[in-house]
Amino acid sequence: MRIVTARRISQIFFFLLFVWFCIVSTLGEGWWQLRGWPVGWLIQLDPLVGLGTLLATGTLYAGLLWGLLTIVLTIVLGRFFCGWLCPFGTLHQAVGWLANSGRRASWKIAANRYRRGQGLKYSLLVFLLGAAAGDLMRRAIGVPIQSPYLAAAIVVIMLTLGVAALRLRTISGTGWVAGVAAVAVGWTVLSIFTDGSRLLAASLQTGLLDPIPLFYRSVNLTLLPLVDGRLITLSAASRLYPGAFAMGAVFWTAVFLNLVVPRFYCRFVCPLGALFGVLGKNALWRVGQKPDGCTACGDCDRYCEGGCEPSAVIRTPECVLCMNCLADCRHGVMGYRLDPSAAGEVSVPDISKRELVAVLAAGVAAVPLARLAGMTGDAWNTGVIRPPGSLPEEEFLQRCIKCGQCMRVCPTNVIHPAGFQAGLEGIWTPMLNFRMGTSGCQHGCIACGNLCPTAAIRPISIEERLGKGDFESRGPMRIGMAFVDRGRCLPWAMDRPCIVCQENCPVSPKAIFTRIEFRSVRLDGDLRLRRLEGNRLTFNGPALPSDRFATGDYYVSIDGNPGIPPARIADIGPAGLTLEDHAFTTSAPGADRVTLLVRLQLPYVDPARCIGCGVCEHECPVKGRRAIRVTAENETRERRHRLLL
Amino acid sequence: MSDPPINRRQFIGRCTRAGLSVAAAGALGIGFYESKPPQARSDDHETVLIPDFSIAEMSGKMCIVRGAPQGMGRAGSVRLAFDALGGMKAFVKPGERVLLKVNAAFASPPALGATSHPDLVAAVVRLCLEDAGASRVIVTDNPINDPASCFALTGIDAAARAAGAEVVIPRESLFRRFSVSGGRLIRDWPVLYAPLARVDRIIGMAPVKDHHRSGASMTLKNWYGLLGGRRNIFHQDVHTVIQELAMMIKPTVVVLDGTQSMMSNGPTGGSLSDLKPTGTLIVSTDPVAADAAGAALLGRTATDLPFIAKAESVGAGRADYRSLDFKEIQAS
Repeated sequence: MRIVTARRISQIFFFLLFVWFCIVSTLGEGWWQLRGWPVGWLIQLDPLVGLGTLLATGTLYAGLLWGLLTIVLTIVLGRFFCGWLCPFGTLHQAVGWLANSGRRASWKIAANRYRRGQGLKYSLLVFLLGAAAGDLMRRAIGVPIQSPYLAAAIVVIMLTLGVAALRLRTISGTGWVAGVAAVAVGWTVLSIFTDGSRLLAASLQTGLLDPIPLFYRSVNLTLLPLVDGRLITLSAASRLYPGAFAMGAVFWTAVFLNLVVPRFYCRFVCPLGALFGVLGKNALWRVGQKPDGCTACGDCDRYCEGGCEPSAVIRTPECVLCMNCLADCRHGVMGYRLDPSAAGEVSVPDISKRELVAVLAAGVAAVPLARLAGMTGDAWNTGVIRPPGSLPEEEFLQRCIKCGQCMRVCPTNVIHPAGFQAGLEGIWTPMLNFRMGTSGCQHGCIACGNLCPTAAIRPISIEERLGKGDFESRGPMRIGMAFVDRGRCLPWAMDRPCIVCQENCPVSPKAIFTRIEFRSVRLDGDLRLRRLEGNRLTFNGPALPSDRFATGDYYVSIDGNPGIPPARIADIGPAGLTLEDHAFTTSAPGADRVTLLVRLQLPYVDPARCIGCGVCEHECPVKGRRAIRVTAENETRERRHRLLL
Repeated sequence: MSDPPINRRQFIGRCTRAGLSVAAAGALGIGFYESKPPQARSDDHETVLIPDFSIAEMSGKMCIVRGAPQGMGRAGSVRLAFDALGGMKAFVKPGERVLLKVNAAFASPPALGATSHPDLVAAVVRLCLEDAGASRVIVTDNPINDPASCFALTGIDAAARAAGAEVVIPRESLFRRFSVSGGRLIRDWPVLYAPLARVDRIIGMAPVKDHHRSGASMTLKNWYGLLGGRRNIFHQDVHTVIQELAMMIKPTVVVLDGTQSMMSNGPTGGSLSDLKPTGTLIVSTDPVAADAAGAALLGRTATDLPFIAKAESVGAGRADYRSLDFKEIQAS
C-alpha cells in the first residue's frame, strides 16, 4: 500500500470519528446517543488543550494526558497529527484539492511555495500561551528569591541546563547567558512594578483558534442545527445559538481561504500546527531529498500540503507529513528518512527572537489589560449564568476552551455561547439564556459537566447538584437566583391571577411561594347593593360579564360587614350574582357599596431555596422581557456573590 | 548545497535531543497530571490565627471619667483614666508595638462625631510612645467610605502621624482569610491581618454612636472595621457577628469616647444636632463592660442591645460593669 493511501485512510477514519462524536453527543436512549462514547477524545488528543490548561492552572486534567501521546509522537515523527489525524486539516485538504483540481500545475506549485506569513501561526501560538501563563508568572514572582538556597538552586539548574544545551549545540554560550540574564532582569523589573496580585492573570484563549475546539464548535453549533431533522433527528425542537453567525463566519472564511492558498488555515493561522512545528524540531525522521537524482521538475511542490518547499531547502516545521512529495516524485528522490535533506533543511520555526519576545510580552500583558474592566471582580455581569458545576469565574477562564461541547449536549438548549457579556475573554464561553431553549436548566441534569474536557464545568454528581447524600451539609448548588419584576408580573402589576412561575418551580419545598391578597377590581363605576337573598346578590352599577368575573378568582365584599371574609362569585346570570357561602348581613340595601375583589396569589422568591434553574423564567407568560428573571446573584460557585449568610 | 548523509555524531545528537524532549514532556505531563477535577471550595481551608492581645493580670479593670479636666479636653480625660488604671505602662511594655484600631468609618469631619476624634487618637499615641515607651504605634481601620479620604477628612491621619504613629491604609494585600474558631458567620473571611500580625498589643478606640441596625456602635461593633470583603452581608445577623468579633479580638484595652454621643441618625450622623454632650470617657480592659456602660449615654440599657449579652455569653466580658475593678472619676 502506498503511504499516501495509508494517510488517506487515516484521515478519513478520524474525520468520520469526529463526525460520529458530533452526532452522538446527544442525550437519549438510542444506541447511537451518548452512552459512554468517548466524544472528547479528539479534544484530549489535542496537546494545545493540555498545554494551555497546564500553563493556566498548573494541572493536567485527567483525559488531557492523551495529549502527551501526541506530543511524544510529534517529537519523534514530526507533524503527523496535521497530515494524518486532524479532522479540520482533512477538511481543508479535501476542499483545497477539490477547488483547485482544475488549476494548472504552475498555479499549484506557486500556491504551495513557502510564504513569510506562515510564521504568523507561531506568533499566534506564543501570544495565546503568553495569555495563559500569567498565573504561572504571578507564582514565579512570588518565589522568595531572597532565600540563598533557592537562589543557589536556580543558579545550579541554569548552569546544568546551559551546559547540556551547549553540549547538544542547541544554543550558543552567549545566547544562553544573554537569555538567562534577560529573564533575570525581566523578573526583577516585573517584581518592582507588581507583586502580581493586581496585574498578572491567566486567560485561556487558545480555543479561539485551536482547530479541534474550533471545528467541534463550528459543526455542533452552526452546521448541525441547520441540517438536523432530515436524515436523523438530534433534537426535537430546533436548536438556537446566539452568536452562531460569528462562529460560522470564522469557519467558512477558513474553509474558503483554501481557494486562495490550499490549507490556508493550517499554514498561516493554526496555533496547534505551530506547536507541532516547534515540537518536531528534532524529529528523528524527516521528509527530504536523497543526494542524487533531483531534476528540479517541481512535481513534489504541486500537492505539498504544508507549503514547506520539498523541492528546495525544506522547512521541516511546515511539513505536515502528507507524503504527497514521496508519491509524486518520479525520480525516487523524496524520502522520509533519518538523513537530513540533501538540498538542505530549515528545522527552526520561522519566528525571530525579537518577534518571539514581543508577542510573548503582548500575550502576557493582554490579559491584565482585559481584566481592568473588572468583570471578574466588582463589575461582574449578573446576566452571565454559568452552567451548574462551573468553577469560579477566574478559574473558569483558565480552563474553558470554548469547544461548545456543553452547548451541544445540553438537552434543553439553554446553554449558549456568550458574546461580550462575560467580557472580551469570555467570548463563546457557555452561559445560560432562559428565554430560549425548551425549558430552564433541568435540575436533575448534569450532562454539561460530564462532557467538559477541561473541567471548567466540573463533572458533578446528581447528589452534589441537589445537595443530597454526602453533600447534604452544603445544600443544593445554585447557579443564580430568580427575582420577580413586580412592574411586569401579571398579579403584582396587573391584578391578573397567574403564578405559572410558582407552579413550575421544581424545587421541593418550592422556592417560589405566594402570599394572598384581595385587591379591588377597577370598574367604570360603583356597585350598589340592591338585594341580597341567600346566595343571590343583585346590584346597581356597571355590568359584570360572567366570562370575566365568574371564573372563581373574583369575590365580593359588602360595606358594613367588617371582619367578614369576601365571598367568591360562583356564577353571574341575568338575575345577578350567585355567591358561594358567605356570612354577610345587610342593614341598608340600596346604600351599601359592593366591592368586587380579585384574589391574587403574589409570587415571592425564597433566596434560601432558589437554585437559579430558570424554569420560572422560561415559563413566565410575559414572553418578551420576563417578569421573573434569574441573575447570577447568590450563585454558589463564587462565595462573594452570595446573598444570605 | 548537498550535505553528506547523516553522521553518527549528528544522529546521536538528534536522538539525545528528541529523547530529552520526550523525557521533559513526559515528566511535565505526568508530574502535573491530576485525575480529579477541582473540588468545590470548602469554607475551612487553612486560615491565619489572631493572637490574644489581652493581659491576664489586667483583666476586668475599668475607669470612667466624667466631665473634662479644665481646658484639657479628651487628651486630659484619657490620661486621667489611664493613670487611674496604673498608667499606659501597665498595658504597654517598653519596646512593644501597638495597634490602635480607631473608628475611621466615614469621610466626615471630626466635628460630626462619626469617627474617632483626632485629639484623642493623638493623645493615646503619645501615651504609648512617650509614657509607655512603645517602639511603634500603628493606626488602622478598614472604613466604609474610601479609605484614604476617611483618614484624611477625619483628621486622624494627620493627628496620628504628628504624634509619631504610622497610619496603615488598608489595601487588598493586607488581608488574609480567617475563621473564628467556634464561629458560624466569620468563616474563611478576609480580615485586615497584616497590621495585626506585627504588633504585640491592640487598643480599640470608638466613639459612642447610635446605630440603626445593631442599636449602638461602640467598642465591640468597632471590630467590624477589621473585616474585609462584602462584610455588610453580616447585617442580616448583626448581633451574632458582633459576638463573633468579640471572640475574634481579645484587646489589650479599649477606649470608649462619650465626650459627645451621637444620639440619632447613626452611625453616619451628618449634623451637629445629632450629637449631645455626654461628657464621659471610658477606658476598660473589658469591651463588653465598656459598651454596657456606654449604652446608658444613649439612653439605652444593656438589654436593649442583644449583642452585649451575646458577647458576654462567649466569655468576652461582663455586662455588669459595676462588678469589675471599677473606678469612676469626676473631673472638674
